[in-house]
Amino acid sequence: MAVASSDTAIRTGRITRTFLYLVLILFALFYMLPLYVMLVNSVKPLSEITGGGMMSLPQVWTLEPWSKAWNSAQIGVEPTGLAPYFWNSIKMVVPAVAISTVLGALNGYVLTKWRFKYDTILFGLMLFACFIPFQIVLIPMARILGELGLAGSTAGLVLVHVVYGIGFSTLYFRNYYAAFPTELVRAAQIDGAGFFQIFWRILLPSSGPITVVCVIWQFTNIWNDFLFGASFASGGGAPMTVALNNLVQSSTGVKEYNVHFAGAILAALPTLLVYIVAGRYFVRGLMAGSVKG
Amino acid sequence: MGFLDIDNATKSYGAVEVLHKVDIAVEEGEFLVLVGPSGCGKSTLLNMIAGLEEITSGEIRIKDNVMNGVHPSKRNIAMVFQSYALYPNMSVGQNITFGLEMHGTPKEDRDAALKDVSKLLQIEQLLDRKPGQLSGGQRQRVAMGRALVRNPDVFLFDEPLSNLDAKLRVDMRTEIKKLHQKLGTTIVYVTHDQIEALTLSTRIAVMNGGYVQQLGTPKEIYDNPANLFVATFMGSPSMNLMDVKVRANGNAIFAETTNDAGDAISLTFANPSEELKAHDGNTITLGIRPEAITDPDGADRGSSHVETVENSVMVTEPAGSDTFVTTTLGGTECIARLRADADVQPGQRVPFAINMEKAVAFDPKTEARIN
Repeated sequence: MAVASSDTAIRTGRITRTFLYLVLILFALFYMLPLYVMLVNSVKPLSEITGGGMMSLPQVWTLEPWSKAWNSAQIGVEPTGLAPYFWNSIKMVVPAVAISTVLGALNGYVLTKWRFKYDTILFGLMLFACFIPFQIVLIPMARILGELGLAGSTAGLVLVHVVYGIGFSTLYFRNYYAAFPTELVRAAQIDGAGFFQIFWRILLPSSGPITVVCVIWQFTNIWNDFLFGASFASGGGAPMTVALNNLVQSSTGVKEYNVHFAGAILAALPTLLVYIVAGRYFVRGLMAGSVKG
Repeated sequence: MGFLDIDNATKSYGAVEVLHKVDIAVEEGEFLVLVGPSGCGKSTLLNMIAGLEEITSGEIRIKDNVMNGVHPSKRNIAMVFQSYALYPNMSVGQNITFGLEMHGTPKEDRDAALKDVSKLLQIEQLLDRKPGQLSGGQRQRVAMGRALVRNPDVFLFDEPLSNLDAKLRVDMRTEIKKLHQKLGTTIVYVTHDQIEALTLSTRIAVMNGGYVQQLGTPKEIYDNPANLFVATFMGSPSMNLMDVKVRANGNAIFAETTNDAGDAISLTFANPSEELKAHDGNTITLGIRPEAITDPDGADRGSSHVETVENSVMVTEPAGSDTFVTTTLGGTECIARLRADADVQPGQRVPFAINMEKAVAFDPKTEARIN
């Protein structure tokens, strides 16, 4: 009896499993369809696309749309390609991510290990940064950037993104450090370590997973931001997203869809790379932060 | 003037006073144990000595220097935490020398100190490992090493053994005691375990509800508890308490109660004090430790007042080294501690020898001991 019943259990298990995999594969294909369309069309000549073969594999393989998108496509009035704007984005993202992550870590450290009166209220107020829609702050931010003399500069964009990013990075690090044993901080105090020494020597080295989470989150958000880039950066100083828009939306000449597809993939590549390199830690870090908080 | 003076130290959180005028003078080389149930204020007091919590009023002095408001790192103290609080990202060696590094000790001196301490604690082979790779006992040693290397005036231990399993806890207890005898350092040790308190200390402060209930040597605390709380908290199984009537007959004072059959019995007090005589006719609480109720063959031959009472056995609990027997005296259950090979069965009526020299009397109203 026992043997027979376990036999059937295995068989039903196998059937359910096959069904599950089928469904999952179907969904995966469906989700990957847009990526397929983009990749396929970025490596075929324009004539094949306009001829109606958007879903088919290219008859002639070419990398020309990629080099054109990178080097020589018409962005606004200059035929520069996306390359200079890519570097604009890097120059904006790297400092903005670094500064907002470090500040978030410091905030989290203070809010959990150097508690003061009304600290939870302050933390609650900081969390508003996560919920305020970007559009609301456009005009006041433009005014502040003007007063600071940062209007239209990359430094100005960095400032905007740091200010917006602190809310999230503080949330991440506060929740992570809330689970960090306070006894360690006390031991370090007795050992004679100061405020920053405790931070650099004890807390930060143990913050790997949450730092990765924070960096991925900030990097993706800042890299993909369009609104601030379009509002606060002008002409040659615009980030990748704005340049891509200018490339695709240009109202003169022929619409080079293959170049557009290549440009769009170029614009998405860095965030993809960050996910592939650090994605493993992303899930782990999210879990670590969510255990206590 | 002691080595470490706790002088009327009080701690309040807002309007709530959690420690009430604690007054303890610790001599150099003393091993003081603060013991009490959860929430009695023992850890708060330790943190106040460490400087991790502020003192609301009163003073704490180390070597006659007032420590109020002095930063923990400048008090020349070292602390061993319950969780050991080893820095997870540093190796054992770095953990031990971190404090020296923060105090600006040169590298050669740090290495020399690390060598001495790791030899003393036999952790030389562990120095390159991370805390995560150590067992509980090893972590405990590293935590002690980190405290020892600083060569502090006062060592503070915050329930250091409570995370270890039972056997290791007993081993480390002996280890700590050995270390104290060898180095002669001044130690303040917090625990909720009364056995740890009795075995380790040179003096114990029993705390409850933010008050020091009694301060004394382990023997004083155990034999002459100041009140009912101390009597029941210290000792395992705890002291038997029963309501008895005091009856004076000339110079002799009797405690009148009943055995389990309801027959009246009277127990003679060994050395009745004037205060006890004054309670003639009153009901008092009589406290007798389990080991003072035993089989007649196992009774203390040096005692001048052993009373023998016939009583029946309710439950026997052989514990290897002793046999614990539950019986009834004066309507309340009592635990007697018999020899391991005492031949008693539940339901039997056997004679019990009660050593009245070890009996203590308490006033049921004030709960204080009647001297």
